[in-house]
Amino acid sequence: MNADTRNDRDVGSKKIATLPETLAAGEQRIVLAHGGGGELTRRLLDERILPRLNNELLAPLADGALLPPMTGRPCLTTDAYVIQPIEFPGGDIGRLAVCGTVNDLVVMGARPLALSLALVIEEGLSFEVLDRVVGSIAAAAAEAGVPIATGDTKVVERARGDGLLITTAGVGEVPSDVQLDVHRIVPGDRIIVTGTLAEHGLAVMAARENLGLNSGIASDAAPLGGLVAAMLECGGGTVKFLRDPTRGGLAGVLADLVENTALGVEIREEALPVTTAVRHAAELLGLDPLNVANEGKIVAVVAAGDEQRVLQACRAHPLGRNAVCIGECVAASPPLAEMVTAIGGRRIILRPYGEDLPRIC
Amino acid sequence: MNSHNARRLIDEICSLAADLEKIRIMEVCGTHTVSLFRSGIRTVLPANLRLVSGPGCPVCVTSQGYIDSAIEAAQRPDVTVCTYGDMLRVPGRQGSLEQQRAGGARVIVCYSIRDGIAYAATHPEEQVIFLAVGFETTAPATALAVLEADTRGLDNFTVLNGHKTVLPALEFLLRGGDIPIDGFLLPGHVSVITGSHAFEEVAERYGKACVVTGFEPVQMLRGILSLVRQIAANEPRVDNVYSVAVTREGNRVALDRLEEVFEPADVVWRAIGRIAMSGYALRPALRKFDAEKRFGLAVDEDYELPGCRCGEVIQGRIDPPECSLFGRACTREHPVGPCMVSSEGTCAAWHRYALVERSR
Repeated sequence: MNADTRNDRDVGSKKIATLPETLAAGEQRIVLAHGGGGELTRRLLDERILPRLNNELLAPLADGALLPPMTGRPCLTTDAYVIQPIEFPGGDIGRLAVCGTVNDLVVMGARPLALSLALVIEEGLSFEVLDRVVGSIAAAAAEAGVPIATGDTKVVERARGDGLLITTAGVGEVPSDVQLDVHRIVPGDRIIVTGTLAEHGLAVMAARENLGLNSGIASDAAPLGGLVAAMLECGGGTVKFLRDPTRGGLAGVLADLVENTALGVEIREEALPVTTAVRHAAELLGLDPLNVANEGKIVAVVAAGDEQRVLQACRAHPLGRNAVCIGECVAASPPLAEMVTAIGGRRIILRPYGEDLPRIC
Repeated sequence: MNSHNARRLIDEICSLAADLEKIRIMEVCGTHTVSLFRSGIRTVLPANLRLVSGPGCPVCVTSQGYIDSAIEAAQRPDVTVCTYGDMLRVPGRQGSLEQQRAGGARVIVCYSIRDGIAYAATHPEEQVIFLAVGFETTAPATALAVLEADTRGLDNFTVLNGHKTVLPALEFLLRGGDIPIDGFLLPGHVSVITGSHAFEEVAERYGKACVVTGFEPVQMLRGILSLVRQIAANEPRVDNVYSVAVTREGNRVALDRLEEVFEPADVVWRAIGRIAMSGYALRPALRKFDAEKRFGLAVDEDYELPGCRCGEVIQGRIDPPECSLFGRACTREHPVGPCMVSSEGTCAAWHRYALVERSR
């Protein structure tokens, strides 16, 4: 982490900033005037933001972006990104914003077409950090193959902006042959996760609280358009449901699944892809990996009998190498998400309440 | 984990238990309560073997007066309250710390008391109160922090001392004699500090089977098997299946720091009342770091929340579903008592992991 990494504390209704009071020689920072709409704003955009993000849709710098006509159903999503620290092992707020929005589109079965990007920058943010985050936005957008088509930049007073806040919206189109529909799920359908769990949440928590875990756990933030496309290519309504298990983790997705289908869900603990490092870190903090956020994984429900085909498609993609089938949907009354534990016992899985907090001892 | 090992242990527990009448085992520690649910162990044990939770969830045993004192302190404009996350949502007379924070109070969640010390050092204009709760596991860290505050002359740092020791509470339950317990799964983390010998009296004087165990499912099963064997043979002792972390003597360094900073004191446990020598008081030379004294608080006051039976839950007198509030007026979203709030709380564990067991 660089010397400028914020170490804010959530203190009452106001954030107490702990930005370094003195600037290193030659270091430049965002000032309020950068958001005033004048010459400084222009220079900020021209010198630091536009050159990294440039593309045909953005280039006219009009009040909005005109998108090409689409043939499928349009899909629109939006998200806000508030995270401390801004930079963490495996990514930063910029990568998270692009991946999060792209992934929300792709789990709807949409092919992402364009993103919007609004930066709310806190006065005092160093150019160095801003440059890195914008560079990371550009890299993630290129990785996802989606242009940043329009944007906005505002600056807020010191201690009112948490360093940098980002909101993004995304537009995509859903091809007519995609048949994602939770109501098509029937008992026996298989549940697949596309890789190891809980890495993003633990990486950010360890970085934020300076836990000194030294675990090597990094955020898994990644754009999943390619992976989902590979899964959907299995065709014929094989894939019935997709969701990215972000906040609330796998537990949150399974709870949603139960609520929306009125079916039970049964997963096997032994099948869950959890690395040793994650398991130990979670144990140490008293957290359940099932409740911890992921930013580069998909939970899918696929027709029984088709799971091997979908797993093969996943595993052929670099972001799906560790894909596994973790369980299935079952007829159950009352409908519950349950886990068969490694020792052969059972327990239920509920959506976590708020954010899980580390225990006392 | 080796599921074959687990199966073998479960089979042996079942076969031994088949020749016994009712067996009641108390898991003392909240982490065990959660791990027993999470691993599904409760669902594979024989029907005549009951696990009951004991007074080992740090938040749950904390007196209501302590919670109210913390909230009262947080309302002072000059005070910043630093706390472990578990305390944040416990309701008091004037709401919870979480609600106080939303209303503008300065409440910081810390992962370690060292964070509280660091905050106090960089915010000399604020009075920083650390909510020092927990058993022998967290008390040594508090001791070190108080010593550090003393060395560094941090006169804006205090602790609201709610620390407790496990053994006196177990003896209190046993002396009462009205709670049938055949054996104890002793707390693994506490035993790392105290050593297993601290609990030998429970076996020798009260004739109860005891085992120190860790938190991995197979290890907990080994612990339960050890207890069932002791009970079947009527040979109570303190067995240790967590020898990778726990010695008979304990952690001398930690015990010395505790001795240096604290003296044994009578303290109030939620719904149980005052138990002799079951906690710590700061030694006279260090009392300037006692938030209760500095801010005129009264942590020893205790009262029951109407209808709440957390007090009986932490003594193993009832299972959570026997409380009329459980799952109705008292849920994870709207907890009434601390056992539903804390991640280690018995009610929270039942609510979270055991709908199946509940509905039986």
